[in-house]
Amino acid sequence: MPITPELLLKARLRLLQMHYESGVGHIGGNLSCLEILIALYHNVLKPLDRFVLSKGHSAGALYVTLWSLGLLSDDDLKTFHKDGTRLSGHPPVHGIPEISFATGSLGHGLGLSSGLGLAKKLKHEKGRVFCLTSDGEWNEGSNWEALIFTRHHRLNVTLVVDLNGLQGFGKTSDIADLEPLAEKFRAFRVPTIEVDGHDVGAVAMALRQDGDGPTVVVAKTKKGHGVSFMEDSFDWHYLPLSRESYQEAVAELTSLCETHFAKLS
Amino acid sequence: MRNAFCQTLVENAADPSFVFLTGDLGFHALEPLRHEMGDRFINAGIAEQNMVSVAAGLAKEGLRPWVYSIAPFLYARAFEQIRNDVCLHRMPVVLVGNGGGYGYGVMGSTHHAIEDYGALLTLQGMRAYLPAFDADVSDTIRYLMRVDHPAYLRLGLSEQPKWFSPPPFAPWRHLLAGVGPTIAIAGPLAGGILDAVRQSELSADIWLVSELPVTDLPSEFLISLRRSNYLMVIEEHVGSGGFGQMLAHQLLLAGAAPGRFVHRTALGYVSGQYGSQRFHRAECGLDPASIVSELNRAVTA
Repeated sequence: MPITPELLLKARLRLLQMHYESGVGHIGGNLSCLEILIALYHNVLKPLDRFVLSKGHSAGALYVTLWSLGLLSDDDLKTFHKDGTRLSGHPPVHGIPEISFATGSLGHGLGLSSGLGLAKKLKHEKGRVFCLTSDGEWNEGSNWEALIFTRHHRLNVTLVVDLNGLQGFGKTSDIADLEPLAEKFRAFRVPTIEVDGHDVGAVAMALRQDGDGPTVVVAKTKKGHGVSFMEDSFDWHYLPLSRESYQEAVAELTSLCETHFAKLS
Repeated sequence: MRNAFCQTLVENAADPSFVFLTGDLGFHALEPLRHEMGDRFINAGIAEQNMVSVAAGLAKEGLRPWVYSIAPFLYARAFEQIRNDVCLHRMPVVLVGNGGGYGYGVMGSTHHAIEDYGALLTLQGMRAYLPAFDADVSDTIRYLMRVDHPAYLRLGLSEQPKWFSPPPFAPWRHLLAGVGPTIAIAGPLAGGILDAVRQSELSADIWLVSELPVTDLPSEFLISLRRSNYLMVIEEHVGSGGFGQMLAHQLLLAGAAPGRFVHRTALGYVSGQYGSQRFHRAECGLDPASIVSELNRAVTA
């Protein structure tokens, strides 16, 4: 399915609405990876492929992506974070066939993906495995264990890193500097591509590259991407949206949309 | 027990769904299994957290992964991976911990597993299996090859007395009939205690438990308890979360609590000194002589 600016705008607005209505935070990290998930689900994933969202705090962006494909309904999204919902704040164990694993504690997804990839290898089954981590998540030692394992066994696992430079309590560079992260992956002898994580075409092209063994796509992103007052702002890692902030964000996105359509006409 | 373990797994090696992962352990023990299994024998390296996540991924795709290490390197190091990736998803992953209790003896406290099943049995769907004799290992493995839930297999050293022929593996087994105190033991230390009691003047009713948590209490065990009104529970595990606490809970729920309850457990490092498994058991009063002495006190009291 082609990814149009309208599709992206609609998804971004729905993500904001969902977070506003539920009163939950983590919007910044959801906005930073929305294009990655849209590109993956709309233009890359095939029926036998698997995806693990290791940065489970971006479940909202995943739910909206599934909604954009008609796999979740508007009514489903309205239950986000509410009692009795399938859509918990982090991906659930049960209830959504497209979600393989409940995640949320960081540093699990790549190991799980390696297991899925190893199973395909042992069973001689087709299909690729994709995993999305945050950048701060590479503080976790288990990720490096998994990277070594997947490279050693030459598993068909594509790791995408949402490199937004901000984590839970500050800048990644101030907490435990990981840069140059792409060079670190290369030092582990894993082919590594660097892309603009908000360019869906470039992301999709990078994700389609299928080689012998794992690949890393380092997607340079901005936390809070698309809403000017949220971009690169640490506050929006955790803060819920107030009515005013929500209205301001919607007004900005709508105005951008009008400008976009004005240009088209 | 480790050789019986390897031998039985070799017999199952042809099953294409069976995958064995080791955390770089098994030298001079698991080579035959590696040979038989080929690419389904994975040495995952010294990276237990990843090994458990990988196992969960394999199980998600319909395979049957077994994960092997020295017990604490598995249940303690990778506890969150066991909790989230395996147990929350009810994956049929079998965790094999070698060296249950003080099994690694003078190797030191980092290698001991005295809070393993207590910790693991707090997790969703987890069950623990404690073979006591070599013959139990093959029965347990054949059973675990078919389970649909997470499992922990605690391996130790068989202490089967020469004169004793154990009944087939079962959650509860009646090892010795007697008219004195009722004794319930978890794991391989039952062998030595059984031998010591039989050689003494005591008459005790000895039961062995090999699957946890305990649920259904055998009616004969309850009859024994009503008769003796005395229960001694023995386990090479700390008291907190152990077999004794589980059993006491079940007895209270059943309204069958005995008048006297004695719980012999692992006590950590009593003197601060290290030694063999036998040394540590003796420091905790888990050795056969201490148990017989305690029973004699109970009988003469």
